Amino acid sequence: MTKRDLLSMDDLTRTDVDLILDTAESFLPILQRDIKKVPTLRGRTIVSYFHEASTRTSSSFDLAAKRLSADTIALKKSGSAIEKGESLKDTILTLSAYSPDIIVMRHPSAGACRLAARYTPASVINAGDGKYQHPTQCLLDLFTLRQTFGRDLDGMKISIVGDILHSRVARSDIAGFQMMGMHVTLVGPPTMMPRDIESLGVAVEHDLSHLRTADVIYLLRIQRERMQAGANFLPSLREYARVWGIDRSRVRPGQKVMHPGPINRGVEISGEIADDPDTLILEQVEAGLSTRMAILYRTIVGYSDSASEEA
Amino acid sequence: MAGTATQRLWCKRAAKADLLVKGARVVDPTTGRDEVKDVLVTRGRIAAVGDDLEPGGSAAVRDADGCLLMPGFVDLHAHFRVPGGEDAEDLTSLTAAAAAGGYVAAFGMANTDPVVDNAALLEGLAQRAQAEATVPVGFHAAVTRGLQGEQLTEMVELATAGAVAFSDDGIPLRDADLLRKALQYASVTGRHIAVHAEDRSLTRKGVMHEGAVSARLGLAGMPSIAESIEVERALEVAAYEDARLHVCHVSTAAALEHLARFKERGVPVTAEVCPHHLTLTDEAVVTLDANVKMNPPLRPEADRAALVAALAEGLIDCVATDHAPHCADDKEVPFEEAPFGVIGLGTAFAILYAELVGDGAIDLLTLVDRMSSAPARIAGIPQPSIREGAEAGFCLFDPGDTWTVGRHTLHSRSQNSAWLGKELRGRVILTVAAGHVVWDAGA
Repeated sequence: MTKRDLLSMDDLTRTDVDLILDTAESFLPILQRDIKKVPTLRGRTIVSYFHEASTRTSSSFDLAAKRLSADTIALKKSGSAIEKGESLKDTILTLSAYSPDIIVMRHPSAGACRLAARYTPASVINAGDGKYQHPTQCLLDLFTLRQTFGRDLDGMKISIVGDILHSRVARSDIAGFQMMGMHVTLVGPPTMMPRDIESLGVAVEHDLSHLRTADVIYLLRIQRERMQAGANFLPSLREYARVWGIDRSRVRPGQKVMHPGPINRGVEISGEIADDPDTLILEQVEAGLSTRMAILYRTIVGYSDSASEEA
Repeated sequence: MAGTATQRLWCKRAAKADLLVKGARVVDPTTGRDEVKDVLVTRGRIAAVGDDLEPGGSAAVRDADGCLLMPGFVDLHAHFRVPGGEDAEDLTSLTAAAAAGGYVAAFGMANTDPVVDNAALLEGLAQRAQAEATVPVGFHAAVTRGLQGEQLTEMVELATAGAVAFSDDGIPLRDADLLRKALQYASVTGRHIAVHAEDRSLTRKGVMHEGAVSARLGLAGMPSIAESIEVERALEVAAYEDARLHVCHVSTAAALEHLARFKERGVPVTAEVCPHHLTLTDEAVVTLDANVKMNPPLRPEADRAALVAALAEGLIDCVATDHAPHCADDKEVPFEEAPFGVIGLGTAFAILYAELVGDGAIDLLTLVDRMSSAPARIAGIPQPSIREGAEAGFCLFDPGDTWTVGRHTLHSRSQNSAWLGKELRGRVILTVAAGHVVWDAGA
């Protein structure tokens, strides 16, 4: 791997991404066996430090580490010294005293993982920082796309719909999709569209009229906290659902729908679409496991050896 | 009251300098001089400016071949952190940092803990300065008690105690009527009102300039209109009252348009700009280093270029550092959680000389005017000058000396510099303030 840490999609070259996705693919057979565990990372220590609520990312990383036989420690905000006012720097220094190989970290502030990397010899993997980056989500999304459409994603059209302003998934995905040669269109209400986001080389739309031309529709969760009084990002969830919500009438047969979860049925996605076989949401969760196994593995061993041989 | 010449600066007593600086390029906007001369200082005063001067008696001789000798700089806008924030800065460290940056006077803002909003507190600070400050320092008083934005301070009494001007800097005066009354009442004291122009309903939880970089980083943005709307409103009120207004830390081209329009109309307004806004852009924030987080935030290149041009032509009157020390524990946190502010006294001239004079954006004589004569005029203190009979207040700058910005070169108790760790070319090597040698890099 080009860099020691995985902090942002900018840390990865195309070669790195292809290697991680190939490695993830090579891990798939393990997950079909009766005994879904290999000794690859035996004796390695992986700390997960989640300073923000998470279900799927933290459980996915935890299971990925266990499938590779690594020892894991989980530190969450509630019930830990962070609640007692310990600084990020001190938490990282303390965790580093256990000599972990990897710290998997989520934090509500952008750049927190990069700051943490300054204080530890361990590799830091960003599991989401602020509204900035969520590179492992992007990699699992790319893996899902590859499993669905094949290795060549060049020229495909993907529309990301929803609250772009507050989405780290969108920021990582834009970088990753563009790296694969995909055309990215951002769709959403102007109040949730960052000013000057076009500078990233994306198209911006405020309605769904062009959605049918997309190969893939990628939906983002509308967070209820955006609805707080005075925030005025949206007048109501009802109006959002009417204007930007995806239901059967807005999806072309065969058009694929993705969502990083957790979904709001009846807001950004109708129940019918959520349960439709063309929807890739559960494939994404599955991809999360093999992709994160590949990320942990490649972070520790780098470019050397072949994962499948060891598996 | 108006124009009463009360004392506005205080420092420790020290031995008066006896010094002969030989062969420096003397650059002095107060005399228009830009030529190689010897400067003789006797008992803290400039005794002679000429050629082949001889040291009288005990004068130390300093060979200054290739160096610039300039009137010392005056900072209208610093945060001393005294009282209440002495872990980040105290008057000893502040004036050490100022001296190493070539400053001969600095004025603190009133947003301390407690707030400088009464004469007794200001008199106490003046006493502390006489015990601790090597470089003369002075103080702003608050516009409103406790910076609460509600009740005016006793401005006449504060002016009598030596307040240089009035400002709630750090917090915008949100109420136009309050600004109006403050301008009306301050006119009695002969002091101006300095405003921090920011519409907080627009900046909200913003941490950097709103634009392409904030879009990329997912950081909440502070739009440029948050500044320009407030600047325009303050100018309207000042024009209506024909009152002395000073606009702090202008950072946007849009605000400059308003400033130009009202200056043309003859409104008695002055404005300052910070070294970081003149030399850095919001692109610097991609590092997510808390040492480039300040308010107003770094802006895009078009704004930066407009600020430089405005400073050169005099639309912006002066440079002010907005020196804002924060201790390491407060800045070693993720960008969004860090407090706003960077220090600037130690690097201001070196960075502006290297970046602006170096590429011809501003000529040296003009830059010295903007850093020394102009802010002195605004503060109502004598302009530092290299002329016979004047009190010695100058600095010597070696354009070839390279140095690294860090703890040992900044002298501040805090190291939150936007240039921390950078190597700069050109360094202040000697500063004489109030007739005392306050900084000698060779000592």
